[in-house]
Amino acid sequence: MAQRISVTVNGTTHEAEVEPRLLFVHFIREVLGLTGTHIGCDTTNCGACTVLLDGRPVKSCTIFAVQADGRAVMTVEGLARDGALHPVQEGFHEKHGLQCGFCTPGMMMTAYALLQRNANPTEEEIRWGISGNLCRCTGYVNIVEAVKYAAEKVRSQPAAAGGRS
Amino acid sequence: MAVAHGMGHAVKRKEDARFIRGKGTYIDDIKLPGMLYLDIVRSPYAHAKIKAIHPEKALAIPGVLAVITGKDLDKYGLAWMPTLMSDKQMVLPIDTVLYQAQEVAAVLATERYVAADGVAVVEVDYEPLPVVVDPKKALEPGAPILRQDREQKTNHIWHWEVGDRAATDKAFREAEVTVKQDMYIPRIHVCSIETCGCVAKWDPVEGKLTLWMTTQAPHAIRTVVALVAGHLGLAEHKIRVISPDIGGGFGGKVPVYPGYVVAVAASVLTGAPVKWIEDRMENIQADSFARDYHITAELAAKKDGTLTALRAKTIADHGAFDAAANPSKFPAGLFSICTGSYDFKNAFAEVDGVYTNKPPGGIAYRCSFRVTEASYMIERIADIVAHQLGMDPADFRMKNFIKPEAFPYKSALGWTYDSGNYQGALKKAMDKIGYAALRKEQAEKRKRGELMGIGISSFTEIVGAGPSHTFDILGLKMFDSAEIRIHPTGKVVARFGTKSQGQGHETTYAQIIAHELGIPEDDIAVEEGDTDTAPYGLGTYASRSTPVAGAAGAMAARKIRDKAKKIAAHLLEAREDDLEWERGKFFVKGSPDKAKTIQEIAFASYTNYPQGLEPGLEAVSYYDPPNLTFPFGSYICVVDIDKGTGEVKIRRFVAVDDCGNIINPMIVEGQIHGGLTMGLAPALYEEINYDEDGNIQGGSFTDYLLPTAVETPRWETDKTTTPSPHHPLGAKAVGESATVGAPAAIANAVVDALWHLGVRHIDIPITPWKVWKALREKGITE
Repeated sequence: MAQRISVTVNGTTHEAEVEPRLLFVHFIREVLGLTGTHIGCDTTNCGACTVLLDGRPVKSCTIFAVQADGRAVMTVEGLARDGALHPVQEGFHEKHGLQCGFCTPGMMMTAYALLQRNANPTEEEIRWGISGNLCRCTGYVNIVEAVKYAAEKVRSQPAAAGGRS
Repeated sequence: MAVAHGMGHAVKRKEDARFIRGKGTYIDDIKLPGMLYLDIVRSPYAHAKIKAIHPEKALAIPGVLAVITGKDLDKYGLAWMPTLMSDKQMVLPIDTVLYQAQEVAAVLATERYVAADGVAVVEVDYEPLPVVVDPKKALEPGAPILRQDREQKTNHIWHWEVGDRAATDKAFREAEVTVKQDMYIPRIHVCSIETCGCVAKWDPVEGKLTLWMTTQAPHAIRTVVALVAGHLGLAEHKIRVISPDIGGGFGGKVPVYPGYVVAVAASVLTGAPVKWIEDRMENIQADSFARDYHITAELAAKKDGTLTALRAKTIADHGAFDAAANPSKFPAGLFSICTGSYDFKNAFAEVDGVYTNKPPGGIAYRCSFRVTEASYMIERIADIVAHQLGMDPADFRMKNFIKPEAFPYKSALGWTYDSGNYQGALKKAMDKIGYAALRKEQAEKRKRGELMGIGISSFTEIVGAGPSHTFDILGLKMFDSAEIRIHPTGKVVARFGTKSQGQGHETTYAQIIAHELGIPEDDIAVEEGDTDTAPYGLGTYASRSTPVAGAAGAMAARKIRDKAKKIAAHLLEAREDDLEWERGKFFVKGSPDKAKTIQEIAFASYTNYPQGLEPGLEAVSYYDPPNLTFPFGSYICVVDIDKGTGEVKIRRFVAVDDCGNIINPMIVEGQIHGGLTMGLAPALYEEINYDEDGNIQGGSFTDYLLPTAVETPRWETDKTTTPSPHHPLGAKAVGESATVGAPAAIANAVVDALWHLGVRHIDIPITPWKVWKALREKGITE
């Protein structure tokens, strides 16, 4: 039986009829067409599908779309505002924190949430903070640098830290 | 204003713009109207007869359109497909499965979830058969013959050997010191974060197939499709292969997997677009593996540490089909680089390929055709000799390195190394890490019973396949290509026969053209991966993009410069001989004011060109490299070992790489970071093994452990620069160096920490359990 849900994604409210078994990541990708959120495994290990649900990072392959009913979601497409990159996005570009780009959206959403909790993380805190997201290309060194860059930017320009949720 | 940076600059990546906004187009992002979904039924058994396949329950589900079996494909001659190694491989089985997770049938449905529902209820009657997972047992008399389809009733596939056996045996007989070590390099999986998949779209009106596909070699795929399915009316000019953004490849996206073939067949039969996307468990359990080499390595030396001979014997587990994506003349890949960085007078290596009840594959893990196996072997056994002789492993290497003045160097196994300075790289690594002080610290710690190890790996790679006299795939020579078109306003479209999977070609290729023509990188659009538009090339794997396609880019740019000179002479009313090139412009010798920029020349090539010259400014180059390139480096790893848990902690890791002249130092460093992490992974964590019944152990991300940011150390990198003498830009390639060099450095560090206790070798992955066990065997407790 399809169920009606209402989810606010990147500031816009969407209503849809969904099957109860529809994974949230498929709702985001297939129903809403927001393909920036990726799928890299089926065991909640890789984090490529990470989005923010009510501000907290979740692996969207491991929750159902119906569980997001009435809640606010932010995906990678919601990071930039009015065409201006979020400091996290800027950091990944400036510090060469991405190569193939496939883990990047999930990694950036995790980094975004980390900086919301802790505006000045140590290297160890960053490494633990992103340890639920796998990257096969970068060896993480430059991802850590990207997050440090973003942290510094967010601290010096708090206004840039927003994003939509 | 846009600037032409050229070679050697850390130009920020052009491709980032879409990826950081979530606007990349990966395979599963492609959605076509009326698209159907394919999902695959897989075997729970490693070896079984298929007695019957019952599709009825699946077909009863609304939305399930078909259940496709091997018998269905057989009607079209598609139940089997050829491999690159003169073997054949099942697309879907007619009556036998040979490994767990092998494709058994495919379900076609209107929705992704419905296809999965169908897969869940297809019933297959199996009759289990005896399973062989150990290649040594597979060679024993009386072992079950796995490939009943072959005339030769044996599990032995081929024997390959290289070098002078008699001279090597003699050197061993006469040696003052010999060492011998068995080492197993386990089966691992590349696990790019994006799995494999495709969208096949057959246009019945045009008779044209468009295939979006996760492939590192789109042109080769197009030719293979034409050759395999030509009898069904698929002609090469009516096949368009598009490789969209690729979420990591590392070799895992070179082979043709059954899912692709069935999707194409399903689209041709239904006339609808068909999508197939594998999930992670399918990806790990059935796609191409790497390594699985059982090596016996031997070294002969004088008492003073001078190496005299190398002998290596290997049993190579190829799984159920010989489907390694090697160049055709190299069944054991480039394993013959196993003399490494050392000057051997005598060497001999032999490899035997064997069938087992495991998935096929064999080379896909960020490595140029078995170079990692070769490098790991020589660096491990060299370290054992050094320790046995009581020599410092660094001194031992310095003593045996090929001397810088010996290049170009002809190795005992037949390769001509282009250039090298191995002493320089090791010296730099030792200085950077503070080698002498670390050895002192180690000695002090050892007195206190603490376990600390220092491991060195001084590897030499062989990449950039390759010269046409030696290298081909199915007869296709392994050249690569570039086409550069300059538009009237001086802006450029450049297309290449390779395909980036994260290496940053859109940036680095633009830098090559900027370097040669002085056109800003921002004015150059690089395109790859569409066989309808890009010139023919063999693709990106085995670190061949820079050595082959990058060289083609430089050569095409030079052709353009030659033509531009004629136009400049015309515009400046000067003789060509009187013109000089400074990046971005020609000027009259002695009169720098009398100049024409490349942009002005480009405009003139369409508006005001000299009589007798063709209009336009474009060029194509198909580059057949004269030799391979031989990147090298020295890595030093420091580990501390917990006696209570056996855990290995990497304290420091210094990597000094020499990849010749560098196009983009930022990207090179990123490649090294990633490569090191994919060297760390098999050294300490990753392994796919099988139980006696052929059940995969480590078939998902919950038990196949990719390093996270927590396990991965903060890599320290540095470089030396020894240009390749034959590459037009002096470049060599770097993408796989670190994956090749790192495992031995880590393993050597662990054994170095334990050697005084009597430990000579621990097979990778060096898990806490293996170390703990070794410590207990030597009577060490916390």
